[in-house]
Amino acid sequence: MSDRTKPLFLARQSYRRRRLIDASRLVPLFGAVIMLIPLLWTEPGSGSLAVRGLFLFAAWGVLVVVSAGLARLLAVTSDGSGGGAAAPDQAEAPGDGDVL
Amino acid sequence: MSFDIVVGVSLAYVLVLFVVAFLAERRARRGRLGWLRSPLVYTLSLSIYCTAWTFYGAVGYAVRSGLEFLTIYLGPTLLMVGWWWLLRKLVRIGRNQRITSIADMISSRYGKSATLGGLVTAIAVLGTTPYIALQLQSVTLSFGVFADTPVGWDTPDQWLVTAWVAIGLTVFTVLFGTRNLDANERHHGVVTAIAVEAVVKLVALLAVGIFVVWGIAGGIGETMARIDASPISQVPIDGSRWFTLIFLSGAAFLCLPRMFQVLVVENDDERHLSTASWAFPLYLAAINLFVLPIAVVGLDLLPPGSNPDLFVLTVPLAMNQDMLAMLVFLGGFSAATSMVIVAAIALSTMVSNHVVIPIWMGVRRGLGGTSGDVRGLVLMSRRLSIAAVLALGFLYHQVSGGGAALAVIGLISFCGVVQVLPALVGGLFWRGATRIGALAGTLCGFAVWVYCLLLPSIGADVVMSAEMLAHGPGGIAWLTPQALFGVPGLDPVVHCMLWSMLINTMVFCIGSLASFPGPLERLQGAQFVNVFEDGANPRGWNEGAVESEDLLVMAQRILGAREAQNLFLAEARAQGKGGYLPDNTPDFLERLERELAGSVGAAAAHAMVEQIMTGSSVTVRDLMAVADETAQIMEYSSQLEGKSRELERTARQLRVANDKLTALSVQKDAFLSQISHELRTPMTSIRAFSEILMSGETLSAEEQTHYSGVIHDEAQRLTRLLDALLDLSVLEDGRAQLAEQDAVLRDLIDRAILSTTSLSSNTVFEIRRDEPSEKIVLRTDVDRLSQVFINLVANARKYCDAEKPRLDIRVSRAGGELTIDFVDNGSGIPAASQQVIFEKFARLSTASAVDGAGLGLAICREIMVRLGGSVAYLPGQGGAAFRVSMPVAEAVRAA
Repeated sequence: MSDRTKPLFLARQSYRRRRLIDASRLVPLFGAVIMLIPLLWTEPGSGSLAVRGLFLFAAWGVLVVVSAGLARLLAVTSDGSGGGAAAPDQAEAPGDGDVL
Repeated sequence: MSFDIVVGVSLAYVLVLFVVAFLAERRARRGRLGWLRSPLVYTLSLSIYCTAWTFYGAVGYAVRSGLEFLTIYLGPTLLMVGWWWLLRKLVRIGRNQRITSIADMISSRYGKSATLGGLVTAIAVLGTTPYIALQLQSVTLSFGVFADTPVGWDTPDQWLVTAWVAIGLTVFTVLFGTRNLDANERHHGVVTAIAVEAVVKLVALLAVGIFVVWGIAGGIGETMARIDASPISQVPIDGSRWFTLIFLSGAAFLCLPRMFQVLVVENDDERHLSTASWAFPLYLAAINLFVLPIAVVGLDLLPPGSNPDLFVLTVPLAMNQDMLAMLVFLGGFSAATSMVIVAAIALSTMVSNHVVIPIWMGVRRGLGGTSGDVRGLVLMSRRLSIAAVLALGFLYHQVSGGGAALAVIGLISFCGVVQVLPALVGGLFWRGATRIGALAGTLCGFAVWVYCLLLPSIGADVVMSAEMLAHGPGGIAWLTPQALFGVPGLDPVVHCMLWSMLINTMVFCIGSLASFPGPLERLQGAQFVNVFEDGANPRGWNEGAVESEDLLVMAQRILGAREAQNLFLAEARAQGKGGYLPDNTPDFLERLERELAGSVGAAAAHAMVEQIMTGSSVTVRDLMAVADETAQIMEYSSQLEGKSRELERTARQLRVANDKLTALSVQKDAFLSQISHELRTPMTSIRAFSEILMSGETLSAEEQTHYSGVIHDEAQRLTRLLDALLDLSVLEDGRAQLAEQDAVLRDLIDRAILSTTSLSSNTVFEIRRDEPSEKIVLRTDVDRLSQVFINLVANARKYCDAEKPRLDIRVSRAGGELTIDFVDNGSGIPAASQQVIFEKFARLSTASAVDGAGLGLAICREIMVRLGGSVAYLPGQGGAAFRVSMPVAEAVRAA
């Protein structure tokens, strides 16, 4: 059914957008916690350095992928609801208030 | 590979960069920006964060401290990923306020304070100079690696190489960095060249990494085994450093002048930031991916004692990969030069805007007025600043003699620059942050940094004695530079960060809480903190008695004649004026100041406009007015609303009055036509009968009597009518005299019934009364009241259409009121007519009522009004019912 892909009403779009902004605010917080895990590795020689390095780079990669996805989605929603490229200001102006 | 080839290749590379910058600049000047302002270029330009310190130093850092080198890139990664928190706001403000540098940002936030701008500039210069020295050193060192034969490569030559690099960089920066004055017109040439360099350094590092992993170690598994087997795996992670360095690098990413330059000032489009939020972390991850393998392989491959900071270059050389080594050399060269170029541009902007211009203006003020070509002066001061900054770096390099581990200088530098952080972030999110707080906090943090990290790092017995370093000044242990307040054993960087940030932030907060900001400060604070809330900017200027011409003269000097004229012309057009001189509206002054700020910084621009506006700068009252503007608008709109409601009300009243007047006019016409008709009917018969009598025809005496009787009756009817009219008009005008006397109600009713008996002689008319209740003595105009009763009883007798007509007369006294009801058993009066029966000439039917002029009830009503009571129709009594009511105060029960 093609109708199901369309939003039921416009408010849903801005609701989505706000949750995306929430997500992009949360990502660095989770990222920070993950990047502080090495604080637990203080014992010298207690684990494989190579594996630990890979862990950090993997976490790094996940951060990149997640924030790339969010950035893309945010750009799409702002283009859809804010009148496109001409008005990025308008689209982002109410970003700080959390109106449902 | 010969040294000459290296020099030749690097010269060719520099030439390519020049061409790239030149082409990009030309393309931009023709307005074909296209890919020049793509998010990719923006992201790549951010890569100046990865200087030679990263390119060469990361491997050395990894050799010394294991995974810790990653923290320097994790901080910026988290900051970029969390762009929605901070960077977005920073970039928006930078664009809104036409910010030219980090010093301008902070100065602008705290009321365009020149002092604060100067302080931040000083910190930036002090923090960046060692860093520039570091870059020069890395280039020199890498050159030295290629000059494998000691012949012809002794100290004086090294000195020469460094000098030539410094001079070359100065030329490039001056050429492409001071092309246009307005810092907000991006340096497309420089940025494009930097983007190219970013690609070169990434490709170079990746190439070495791939060569090391697959060419030397023999695959990923092998490399991992080598890593685990290397001494690096035995290096413990220092938790406090790990945490501190992530914070420090993130903060430095914000505060470093060169980072601020590419991140905020050179930003073309806010949306580029969202791309960079993931692309730049990706770049950082990629550039660091092979650092550990290179370090491990370098340790295995090269003889002990080799400088690990140069492994990136020496490993390929040791494997005789000359082309790869050449690429690495260019990568390192790129990393160093791009950092120096941007840092020099950023610093020169700051120095010229926050040091040279204020001093020049101070001198000028002494000489009186703004004169001379500021544009030339600013450009010249910027060029000289670039040269000075590079010269300082060069001097530092020569004096310190190089040699120190690269990473250490980098971290010390970071710690110094980061002292701006509390003022910057506090200013973005806290409206209560004040200039005093920012100034005091930054100064204290800066002092702690100098005392705890900078001076001790130079070495014992240079500035601080070994004794002082170990036991504190004069033996005061809690003042020991690297163990403040008796907390020993901390890493020097962690120690410095802990105390400087703590003291800085505390002093900043306390200073802000305790001081009171000036009007301009509060205005700017609101604009910065609420940058997303409102597009409109409150005004900072009054419409003062300034000559537009003076402003134009000044603007021409700073913006250039054509630009300034265009600006003024456009403004004048927008105001609907001809010519080049618009009115000095606050809006225009605000805009002009902002344009100027793009060239000379907010503080200087404000001061310049202020110089012309002498003394009409923003006052507290203006500020209050600005703050009240919204409230005023709301009040005004509510007033309007009230007014429109009032208008509506008045309109409604007018409509009602108009309806009444129209009705009255209709009524008057009706009255006139009625009265004419009433007068005409008897007149006609009088005339007709009198003509018969006059005709002289023989009439019988009987006929004569009849005819003259008719004339007499009609004349009497006319008289009655005229009497009634007269009576009514007398009553209505209030001229009727009331003759008050005592009477018993019963007698009055008796009289009314008696005097109407003749009217219904032919039918039986029953009248029911309750005589005892009528024993009430009244003091009133007896004749008038009787007239009312007579009229009502007569009406009942005349119009009651029941077969057995009956009239009930009920007297009652309730509350303070006496009511007398006259109720008959006829068909009553239709509801529609109940409203009109008291009007003049209102007669319901013509059937049985030829007599009477229709004035009776009108007269009754007037009489009752005069007597202080009323007469009204009483519906729902089964017939026609009239109620006469009078105030009881005048009613006394008979004894």
